[in-house]
Amino acid sequence: MPEIQGFAFPNDTHVHWSLMIVMYPYITGFVAGSFIVTSLYHLFGHQAFRPIARLAMATSFAFLLVASMPLQLHLGHPERGPLVMITPHFTSAMAGFGILYSGYLAVLVLEVWFVWRAAIIERARRSRGVARAFYKLLALYTYDTSPEALEIDHRAIGLLAGIGLPMACMLHGYVGFIFGAIKANPWWSTPLMPVIFLLSAAVSGIAMLIVLYQALSKIKQRAADQACVAALARWLWFFLILTITLELLEIIVMAYERSESWLIISELLSTRLQFSYITVQMIVGGLIPLILLGIVVLMNRYLHERLRNTLSTVAALLCLVQVFSMRWNIVVGGQLLSKSLRGLRSPYEPEIFGREGVLMAIALVVIPFVILWVFDRVVGIDAGEPAGGAEGGAPAVADGTAAH
Amino acid sequence: MDDTTPSTTPSRRAFLGGALRLAGGAWVLFSGGPLADALATAGAPGEGYDWTEHRYAYLIDTEKCIGCGSCARACAAENDVPDGFFRTWIERYVVGVEGSHVDSPNGGKDGFPPVQVGFEPTKAFFVPKLCNHCKETPCIQVCPVGASYRTKDGMVLVDGERCIGCAYCVQACPYGSRFLDPVTHTAEKCTWCYHRVTKGLRPACVEVCPTGTRMFGDMKRDGDPVRHAIEHDRVAILQGHLLTEPQCFYLHLDKEVR
Repeated sequence: MPEIQGFAFPNDTHVHWSLMIVMYPYITGFVAGSFIVTSLYHLFGHQAFRPIARLAMATSFAFLLVASMPLQLHLGHPERGPLVMITPHFTSAMAGFGILYSGYLAVLVLEVWFVWRAAIIERARRSRGVARAFYKLLALYTYDTSPEALEIDHRAIGLLAGIGLPMACMLHGYVGFIFGAIKANPWWSTPLMPVIFLLSAAVSGIAMLIVLYQALSKIKQRAADQACVAALARWLWFFLILTITLELLEIIVMAYERSESWLIISELLSTRLQFSYITVQMIVGGLIPLILLGIVVLMNRYLHERLRNTLSTVAALLCLVQVFSMRWNIVVGGQLLSKSLRGLRSPYEPEIFGREGVLMAIALVVIPFVILWVFDRVVGIDAGEPAGGAEGGAPAVADGTAAH
Repeated sequence: MDDTTPSTTPSRRAFLGGALRLAGGAWVLFSGGPLADALATAGAPGEGYDWTEHRYAYLIDTEKCIGCGSCARACAAENDVPDGFFRTWIERYVVGVEGSHVDSPNGGKDGFPPVQVGFEPTKAFFVPKLCNHCKETPCIQVCPVGASYRTKDGMVLVDGERCIGCAYCVQACPYGSRFLDPVTHTAEKCTWCYHRVTKGLRPACVEVCPTGTRMFGDMKRDGDPVRHAIEHDRVAILQGHLLTEPQCFYLHLDKEVR
């Protein structure tokens, strides 16, 4: 039985939202964050992101495929999970997830298909037998790579990116809404919550891409494009500044207002969450990467390539820790304090094995990388990348040039 | 090279139309069963009982409670409530000018042992708690599948056959009245003993209360003492600022109680 300090309502001693509910916004954050990066290229013509635009889209896709798994694993009755989709109760924020998730999935699948269509056709033409049938199916039996068809692809990508970006933002903003709109819990109930979730999603997505890009550069033994690394660091810095500012503002407003709940929340932060909030979320994951990224951005021209890579990768790894601890502190922290506002329960320790355990959480992070690997094997993440210019540029890719 | 494969352009419209019709059909197919079930379970509770003729309310006079714990024990026995979880409980308040102490050991089921406090107490009292069966309840609002619902006679219930066990309602209840049952893995809560009430009986906790602290009444029945008290006395509700419109009313409630 958990120990209670002060007085908690007798039913408030259980942490019903476990590690899986920490993983759920963490994984969804990668989906939205990566999509923001790919949109910066596809929609806003940010050319520096060209080397990772496709990687970002594939990453968003890979994480989206597992995004609903932690929720499903958490349910008391997983077999009834589909009821959320087929008999949704529309006053429920959670019911909205099914609709937003499947809507975004449809848009992303379509966009992925249009982006890699030429590459799929190329593979279909080169392969034989079963592989050919498979690629033919993937290409939906259409081998049209004429300039007109590629122009249509290009326009479709632009349109889908335009629909996808607000959907990705809503998908993650909505995750914050699930917590922010619970008036029963003062640690969750703030209109800032969806905004903080969205900004920290951008942080985690960009940080993940920095790490992934550096790792892939090492694996494939190609030098990382320094303009791209610097641009990623700059955007990461920008979103980290906004995230930390809002996270601090949330606390400062509560403290300054001396609201009814501040007494217990200040105790929560200074005792139960002292390590995970102050040390990890604010200092190790917040302040230190803020400084490291500041160096990369402000002293960019003086930095050696290797130092830039190292600094931005270390900062990105710390940002990944920051965002995880933020999710943890919100989800678990909110359940350590009782709604009596008079008591805190002892810290929650997740199980190692089991449906909602640590190993499952690790598996949930590893699976998207396996999906990425399969994706790369099947269509080639960088395959079909136009040699010059962007997809956002003139659709000058002639039939056949898609081959690598 | 297999460039001769025909383009799908001519049949695209037909394909999309077919896909849409198929998706719609699948939705109706899958949702039809559960929807019908939901409507069935939301039907009237039993023969000879008209739920439109009642609207129940609960009244607690905190001055009368002696903290015996009979109500919590009766509730656990009547409703098979698992150990460590509570559909109702009793809180003890020991209050002084310098501070206050609140506790509820095992929900008050075993009574209350003597307590030492580090300040000079000036008053002490017990407060029974249970689901407030709110009219504007956040637990029903947040349920993603509509398993939590409000009956026409004014009770907030959970359909255990539909509940997916997401615990969103547990998080949304400001009073800590809900829990996830470790046996059924669904949300559970006080039902005001709906199975008894619809047979003309009183909830188990009201039935066993030796001091008349807990009272159960019908707002649609003329001359009902609970209705009279709610209509004419000064009654309080818990956490009124949240505007959940609780249907549990308290007499002589202290400011310390949340």
